[in-house]
Amino acid sequence: MEPLIADASFWPECFGCCNNVTGDCTLPGMAVPVPQPPPDPQFVLRGTQSAVNALHFCRGAQAQGCPLLFSGCQRGLVHIWSLQTRRAVATLDGHGGQSVTWLQMLPQSPQLLSQGRDLRLCLWDLAEGRNAVVDAVCLESVGFCRSSVLAEGQARWLLAVPGKGSDEVQILEMPSKTSVCTLKPEADAKPGMPMCLRLWQAQSSPHLLLLAGYEDGSVALWDVCGRKVCSRVSCHEEPVMGLDFDSQKARGVSGSAGKALAVWSLDGQQALQARSSHQLPNPGISDVTIRPDRKILATAGWDHRVRVFHWRTMKPLAVLDFHSASVHCVAFATDGLLAAGSKDQRISIWSLYQRV
Amino acid sequence: MRPGGWMEALGGFPRGLEDDLLARTRSRRLDFLAFSSCFPVAPGPVRRMDPAPSAVRLTVREAIHTLSSSDDCGLILHTLRFLKRYLGETEDPALPEEQEEFATVHFSAFLRCLVRKLSPVWLELSPDGQLEELWDSFFLKGPADQAFLVLMEALEGTAGPSFCLMKMAQLLANFLSQRRVAALMEEQCRPQKKPGFPLLQETLLSKVVGLPDHLGNRLQQDNLALFYPQNYFPLLGEEVVRVLQGIVDALRGGLDCSVSFVSRVLGKICIQGRQKEILDVLVPQLTALTQGSCLWQRVCWRLMEQVPDRTMEAVLTGLIEAATGRPEVLSRLLGNLVVKSKKAQFVMTQKLLFLQYQHKTRMLQSLLGYLAMDSQRRPLLVQALKELLQTWGSSSAVRHAPLAQQQYLSAAILICLAHLREPELRDSQDELLASMMAGVKCHLDSSLPTVRRLGMIVAEVISSRIHCEGPALKFQYEDDELSRELLALATPRTEGSSPIEAGGPSPAPTASETLAKTMDDGVKSANGSVPQAGPQGSDSDRDSDDEFIPYDMSGDKELKSNKAPLYVRDCLEVLTSSEDMECWEAALRALEGLVYRSPEATLEVSVELAKVLLHLEERTYVSGFEGLRRRALVAVVVTDPVRVAEYLISQFYALNYSLRQRLDILDVLTLSAQELSRPGHLKRSPQQVSCGSGAPVLATSQPDHTAGSGWRAVVEERIRSKTRRFSKGFPWRELLSSPNEFNSVAGYFFFPLIRHFDRPLVTFDLLGDDQLVLGRLTHTLGALMYLAVNTTVVVSMGKALLEFVWALRFHADIYVRRGLLSAVSSILLSVPAERLLGDLCDELLEARSWLADVAEKDVDEDCREQAVRALLLLERLKDRLPPLSH
Repeated sequence: MEPLIADASFWPECFGCCNNVTGDCTLPGMAVPVPQPPPDPQFVLRGTQSAVNALHFCRGAQAQGCPLLFSGCQRGLVHIWSLQTRRAVATLDGHGGQSVTWLQMLPQSPQLLSQGRDLRLCLWDLAEGRNAVVDAVCLESVGFCRSSVLAEGQARWLLAVPGKGSDEVQILEMPSKTSVCTLKPEADAKPGMPMCLRLWQAQSSPHLLLLAGYEDGSVALWDVCGRKVCSRVSCHEEPVMGLDFDSQKARGVSGSAGKALAVWSLDGQQALQARSSHQLPNPGISDVTIRPDRKILATAGWDHRVRVFHWRTMKPLAVLDFHSASVHCVAFATDGLLAAGSKDQRISIWSLYQRV
Repeated sequence: MRPGGWMEALGGFPRGLEDDLLARTRSRRLDFLAFSSCFPVAPGPVRRMDPAPSAVRLTVREAIHTLSSSDDCGLILHTLRFLKRYLGETEDPALPEEQEEFATVHFSAFLRCLVRKLSPVWLELSPDGQLEELWDSFFLKGPADQAFLVLMEALEGTAGPSFCLMKMAQLLANFLSQRRVAALMEEQCRPQKKPGFPLLQETLLSKVVGLPDHLGNRLQQDNLALFYPQNYFPLLGEEVVRVLQGIVDALRGGLDCSVSFVSRVLGKICIQGRQKEILDVLVPQLTALTQGSCLWQRVCWRLMEQVPDRTMEAVLTGLIEAATGRPEVLSRLLGNLVVKSKKAQFVMTQKLLFLQYQHKTRMLQSLLGYLAMDSQRRPLLVQALKELLQTWGSSSAVRHAPLAQQQYLSAAILICLAHLREPELRDSQDELLASMMAGVKCHLDSSLPTVRRLGMIVAEVISSRIHCEGPALKFQYEDDELSRELLALATPRTEGSSPIEAGGPSPAPTASETLAKTMDDGVKSANGSVPQAGPQGSDSDRDSDDEFIPYDMSGDKELKSNKAPLYVRDCLEVLTSSEDMECWEAALRALEGLVYRSPEATLEVSVELAKVLLHLEERTYVSGFEGLRRRALVAVVVTDPVRVAEYLISQFYALNYSLRQRLDILDVLTLSAQELSRPGHLKRSPQQVSCGSGAPVLATSQPDHTAGSGWRAVVEERIRSKTRRFSKGFPWRELLSSPNEFNSVAGYFFFPLIRHFDRPLVTFDLLGDDQLVLGRLTHTLGALMYLAVNTTVVVSMGKALLEFVWALRFHADIYVRRGLLSAVSSILLSVPAERLLGDLCDELLEARSWLADVAEKDVDEDCREQAVRALLLLERLKDRLPPLSH
């Protein structure tokens, strides 16, 4: 393991001013002001020494007092960054040098899930400074599909992972690792591989639902218990690369390898409807994330830029042009901090439209 | 008239002249009814045919005797009151013929006697002021012209400062404030048959107009405010209006009048440069009075026609200035003067249009508007346009006329065009077109951008007006204040207030409609991605958009594919042979950074690279192509100055290059020299490159937070606060010092460039047609000279450059001359003073006399200014220079 703490390149990245970037410009009721120049990152984390593929903010109780950011990189390492000292506090190496593609904290316990291209999904125990793999799930898909987890406070939680067949999705019950079901599209559908997953359960209904973006550019809503597709909407020409869903508004957004950002919604009959499509100047969205307060969303673009939109109106708000290579992932902290990880091995941290 | 008679007239009416007047009065003919009805003198002269002195004469002689000899107050008062009868003011007036005789023959002599008697003691004879009042009344009630002349004469002759002088000045002030000048002028407007009348008028004229000067000289410190020109001439303006009112009334009464005296007064005032004072009073009043009154208009026209030719220009200029922006007023006041008077025509269609270019455009507008308002004057407008265009199209005028004059001419042409209608233009279409073609050519040939732009704008407007069919002529020029102003002149204006009335009510609703529409659009576009905004809006967490103000997203462009080569050689190859335009563009964009990053690799291919870049053509649209190419070339020159500069200069003087390429070479040489001579340029370049590829936003927006400077400042601040110093000097900052990289190569830049300028090639003749390049060359040489400061070759460079300047000093092109002058200034700045005086003394002396000449006589303002600057630089050396030999 490398002594990342000693990475000297870290210092210059602390681009001063931690003050609120938006604070002084937003006087309500003013005449149309001259737009402000795009903001600079609050600071930049450097030292992964390979492309950053996954980011995840430590949420909930564990984050109290010491906010942490997890990043997974091409070299198979998971870095744990302290946002206070802006240094890596630990490095987890559990994927044998294969790229880490997905990171997720379990809500109740200080446990981290990491998915790697070594076909393993590891469960790390981070309690009390430990960093050991306590469990691992073997995956059977070599694709890039990120998994999804649903844990609503029970001891058992559900995990959606790409399945054995190239177009299958497998639902596992954890921690027993028993397969609940395998979701296989109908024979004539041919949607291609699943590219991104999102497990979801509406509060009022017992139905367990899964949103999956497929290679053919469609987004499908699966009824997990019924093992059937409730609805499918074709909103992209190119493979869907990332999606996020706002369960309160029953509205979701997906980005693809093409130039469009699609917004779709779910009506009472659990039917997906395409709502709108927002054209981007450059093709390729590798990740889409809605901020936890559901005010804005951010996209990670292959054009090196992070784009920020107003979630309700989809009005473009900012184009963050800092990275010098494709941005692979974006993540929001509960307090609104935005992190973007890029192929240029840097993680930029932004503070946008945050209430003080 | 005897020789010297006017002198007597100036001095009042001496004895001989009075008798002379008297004799001629007797032979006055009475056929002028209008006059005689004013002045009832019918039987008088016949009776006075006998040689015996008349009763009036005897009375006056006696009164003069009494006044001069007696100290008895009662007697004096009695005498004066008796004489007052002749003024017709008392209840027991004298006979009209006696009054007439007194007024014409004896009045001024009597007044002079009164003046002679004036003294404090004499006035004190009657303590109750009766005497003083009587004394005054003769001047204020009697015939105004004589009283005025005697008063002025007395003021001239009285030594001051004294009681008498002040008394008379006070009296004159009363005279003025009691509007006696109006009476004086009105008197002059009546038909006159008096002998010696022209002489009298001439005298009156000079006294009336010259009053402020006379009084100012006479009274010095004690001058009264009323006699200041700024007070006196407006008063005179009021008086003129009053006189004209009198004349109008007289004409209504069927009497004949002449305004020529008033015209002469007006002319004389204007030619003395007091147009503004009098016309600012006169014009508004006349404007109001002539509105709707034909008689008033005719009086005004007559007034202007009678202005002597000598003073016509001053009057017209003043008038047009006073009526700026209101051609209809001019038309009312002047009538068709411009058609009737040759002089006025000359002034208005030649002098004001061609020569007096200091006037504002608004004045041109009112002048040409005046010409356009009447069908009789419109041919003059067409004629003026033709002549203007001829001048505009003459290459000599374009080359030699000052820039301001050319702008003035262009504005005049555009205004003419705006006023003229299609049929009027059609008659002279060919002529106008020919002038325009010639004009466009010489304007576009000019090396001054402003002149070129003037040519483009005027040509566009002319062609759109006289050549309607076919595609419109359209030049590419940058929209600036000048062009907008000129184009605004060219749009025909509708008459009077119609645009305001027509446009008043209607635009308001349309404006609000469009506003509402745009706002709707804005809302729609904001919600564009969510058609069903309604249900969304009712969300509980509806947020106001105020907190989500978009940042500037103008930089959000399509990302160019990342095909940029990583090595200089690859770049070279792509630029020469690649068919992939994206790749080609990326290579061009990357080249500057690559060159700076890898100087060794560049050295191997530098000349080849320069050749490719010099011949590079914009094969596909690349934004900022010129800048990219130039920066890349500069980078190459900076990396390998000697060989590349040598190559570029050899190409500058080679065959088969376009002007653009030659100008580029000069620009690149200047910029590279600048780069080389900048202190620490070698350290700067890599940093710049890293900024360029990394985070340009950061580099520009937060220069202070970059690498490490922050903590260093903090540490230094701490050290300073903890350190106790016994003496504090001036806080000095260590400047980065480094050798001037330009030192070793300046010669390679300079001497090859200056060597060949006088050898014409088939395609390239610096001293002939390619004066634009020559101008740029002189500027470049000047810049190289300036950048070579503190180098060792600077003296020989200065010598060579001074010789170059000397050879070209009378060049006809303004741009070249500007370059030469800046070159001289940079020599003076760069070459150390002792070397200037030691090695270049003779050349400097020659340059100095040339500079003095330019500063005085050059047509171009910029040239004059630069010459003055250079002279000021020379002044610094003056103490050590031998004096200029004449």
